[in-house]
Amino acid sequence: METENVFEVRDLSAWFGEHQVLKGIRMGIAGNAVTSVMGPSGCGKSTFIRCLNRMHDLTPGFRTEGEILLDGVNIYSERVDPVYLRRRVGMVFQQPNPFPRMSVFENVAVGLRLNGRKQSKADLAEAVEKSLRMAALWDEVREHLDRPGASLSGGQQQRLCIARALAVEPEVLLMDEPCSALDPVSTAKIEDLIEDLSSRYTIVVVTHNMQQAARISDSVAFFLLGELIEMDKSGKIFTNPSDQRTEQYITGRFG
Amino acid sequence: MGTIAFRRKAADRAMKWAFHLCAFLVILPLFLILFDLLIQGARELRWTLLTDLPHPVGEPGGGIANGIVGTFLITLLTMTWSVPIAVMSGIYLAEYGRGKFASAVRFAVDTLTGVPSIIMGIFGYILIVLPMKRFSAWAGAAALSMIFIPVVVRTTEDMLRTVPATVREAALALGIERWKTTLFITVRTASAGILTGILLAMARIIGETAPLLFTTLGNQFWQNRLDQPMAAVPLQVFSYAISPYEDWHNKAWAGALVLITMVLLINIGARFLTREKK
Repeated sequence: METENVFEVRDLSAWFGEHQVLKGIRMGIAGNAVTSVMGPSGCGKSTFIRCLNRMHDLTPGFRTEGEILLDGVNIYSERVDPVYLRRRVGMVFQQPNPFPRMSVFENVAVGLRLNGRKQSKADLAEAVEKSLRMAALWDEVREHLDRPGASLSGGQQQRLCIARALAVEPEVLLMDEPCSALDPVSTAKIEDLIEDLSSRYTIVVVTHNMQQAARISDSVAFFLLGELIEMDKSGKIFTNPSDQRTEQYITGRFG
Repeated sequence: MGTIAFRRKAADRAMKWAFHLCAFLVILPLFLILFDLLIQGARELRWTLLTDLPHPVGEPGGGIANGIVGTFLITLLTMTWSVPIAVMSGIYLAEYGRGKFASAVRFAVDTLTGVPSIIMGIFGYILIVLPMKRFSAWAGAAALSMIFIPVVVRTTEDMLRTVPATVREAALALGIERWKTTLFITVRTASAGILTGILLAMARIIGETAPLLFTTLGNQFWQNRLDQPMAAVPLQVFSYAISPYEDWHNKAWAGALVLITMVLLINIGARFLTREKK
């Protein structure tokens, strides 16, 4: 089912100091679908998705031009509080980063606790279980929720981070190379998970792995040197790309 | 070939021994001090030392109970305001501290760490003793704060800097406000290290004598009022040690033994905390 675009990116440019890393990006990101952002290292793909939840706000010297509309509202306008934006737009990082010194349970619960949603213990336990189930981790950790989150394996830690992000009930999930630090088995689990989640969430995944992009995405955007070269349905871009540079990239001639 | 290889190995071995020797020289004083204190302090070390008030000259027995309680009270008093001030400033430096004000704070803190403790005592005298027109525990605690705070500010900052940026990012990405991220995520992650820094600074001020000389002064009797001169173990050790009486010299040794035992226990506690972190 084709849905409306959740994000509408209009002429987005971004700079770190003098260095321009994004150049006039225009794209739409469909709701309840998986969009992959693909390209060689340094093409600006990570910078791009970090713009979608304003993670760069605290980086000195970072600035943007253009607009990113989330449900029609520019997220860089003054009316938007980045704290609330990030509750709607969650993020999973390249390296699994569970909070040290917190148990599996606390890792998932901490977002709800600190975001000031008053909840009883039972509600909290229920929310944690729900999130862990959605992240396909519940069966593996239900017996030891009080163990340190950092004691899990790398793949489990990454699913814990996904559960943690889901617990605050975002609408969008941004994933910045979520599998690049994981082994193939863990990677397969995360990819399955992304597919499951895409029925309920809008998902944007950064990857430099073309096979992965082909496996999981509905649409793929190809970035090169800070520019969006082309964006299309996953099937089209890997079989019949419109731009020569895309073709060169997917046939392994650079990147 | 043979001689070159031999010389290289010999140099390697010589340097290895030099490193070991220096490390041994570093720990040697601690054992010499402990050994000497145990021998000299044992003569007056009996239970009443910990339970009795000091006796007048010539009268045998007597203890340093008021000093032990005094040291405890003054240290606690110092920490009630110094811990929050120091930890919050450390948080400021680590989490917000960019720009000129932060470098000024850092420079001032480093300078304060190097100021001789007798000067803190004089400062406490001028700032508190003179206006109040009396020596007091308050004045001693004020002087000790100026030693305690800079140390804890820097250890707190250093410990917070060891928390990976990815931890802060993860918290921000959950839509957690920055101050909550700092207090409930970042500080919590570094809490063992921060606590260790607090304990080590506490061990440091427990043994400080110079800042108390002009501020709390010392007392031969029980005194629980904080606006009065109060006894403290290091002060008792000092006054016993400079006295002309053999009997009091022995008490100075015993007091020093008590003092170093307190310091050692705190250090072992701090050690235990850092180990648990791993």
